[in-house]
Amino acid sequence: MNIKEGLLYSESHEWVKVEGKTAWIGISDHAQHALGSVVFIELPKVGATFKKGDAMGAVESVKAASDVYTPVSGKILDVNKALEGSPEMLNDDPYGAWIVKIELSNDAELKSLLNAKDYQPLCEE
Amino acid sequence: MKETVLHDKHLALNAKMIEYAGFHMPVSYAGISEEHLAVRTSMGIFDVSHMGEFLVEGKDALPFVNRLVTNLITEDTSKVTYSLMCDEKGFVVDDLLVYVINTQKILLVVNAGNIDKDFAWVELQAKAFEVTARNLSNDYAQVAIQGPLVKDNIQNIMGVTGDDLGFMTYKVIPFGSSHVIFSRTGYTGEDGFEVYGKPELIREVWDRAIQIGVVPCGLGARDTLRFEANLPLYGHEISDSINPVEAGLNFAVKLDKDFIGRDALVAYKEHPTRKVVGIELLERNIPRHGYPVLKDDQIIGVITTGYLLPTLPTPVACALIDIAYAEIGTELFVQIRNNKVPAKVRNRKFYTKKYNK
Repeated sequence: MNIKEGLLYSESHEWVKVEGKTAWIGISDHAQHALGSVVFIELPKVGATFKKGDAMGAVESVKAASDVYTPVSGKILDVNKALEGSPEMLNDDPYGAWIVKIELSNDAELKSLLNAKDYQPLCEE
Repeated sequence: MKETVLHDKHLALNAKMIEYAGFHMPVSYAGISEEHLAVRTSMGIFDVSHMGEFLVEGKDALPFVNRLVTNLITEDTSKVTYSLMCDEKGFVVDDLLVYVINTQKILLVVNAGNIDKDFAWVELQAKAFEVTARNLSNDYAQVAIQGPLVKDNIQNIMGVTGDDLGFMTYKVIPFGSSHVIFSRTGYTGEDGFEVYGKPELIREVWDRAIQIGVVPCGLGARDTLRFEANLPLYGHEISDSINPVEAGLNFAVKLDKDFIGRDALVAYKEHPTRKVVGIELLERNIPRHGYPVLKDDQIIGVITTGYLLPTLPTPVACALIDIAYAEIGTELFVQIRNNKVPAKVRNRKFYTKKYNK
């Protein structure tokens, strides 16, 4: 299982890449692997605001739907529309296939997320 | 958790495993879509050893089974009959296959998740008849080999062609050190066979099939295939609160014979209130089991099974809805998370079955 260094991770298997007040969110390699081939993604609306832990969208395999939770609070600045046509990008390149770009409303929340080393044990079956 | 006799083979093939009906079962190997397409275009093999087998024996076996199940069971010892068992209210205890071995010995094949409940029901009903019922579920292993290329390859696996078997017929054939039940049946909408027998024989069937390139398929593809072929699943299109008339299974319900639940179903047919219909979404999303179906903001039903199938561009589902809205073309909504997704009623023929009639 690939866990990329330099990202922050949630216990619900999202990754967060932070640059200043902006964060990109996606799902981890472990998450895409557990889900299987992704066939559908439901993205939030640009401009919507979410609190940490809210379901902001969903990714679905043939078999099951899985909510995507935002690990940080904030306003959606952009969504990766390309995933709607090619949801399999989440399987092929989980750390390249960002789902949303969000404006952080509370930097302090980042402290509750895990670094790559601390996230590792959560990926062991 | 229980394991089938093929459990070690699933692990060796690196299958993704889940718990299903108390068994540790493969949900997929290469991927659900790949396995689904293998069965539609080539051939796949499923471990269905979790299914339950009951043997009913005694002087009254045939009249007893005819009282127990909704379809007509005849003395024909080559025929396999799909049927339902209902309670007195007409709700479904289970759906099952009936194999008449002879008029005093009949095999019932039931769903894994219902084995205990079903056996208690069968034993209770058997009291009024001169029969004994035995639960042989642990003695029988079973595989299903399905797909358009199966008929050309089955001889390499089973040693017989199966050419003399039409859809829904069976025979007992010698295999290895003993015999197996060789049945032209399945749950995919495709031509193929199901084989029942002792664990070591079924392991041999599995190995031979894998050796000649039959694709191992898991429960994931088993469900997408049966759904696409409009075959019901217990707990979804039929259940202990859904009757077979609502589910559209009238072909397997012979109201002109006596069976448990008959009177309730006759009465229901006079005033039907619900129906399992096909639904297609008018936007891309996935309608799943349990999602509410709405008309004018009122909940008028629920999705029983739904998928974005590997074979169809449009997301489709079956839904149990108020019969007032069951007409083809009726516009509805499916509540998916926070969205009301537009949908319309369609037929349930998502695929044309390719049986060897």
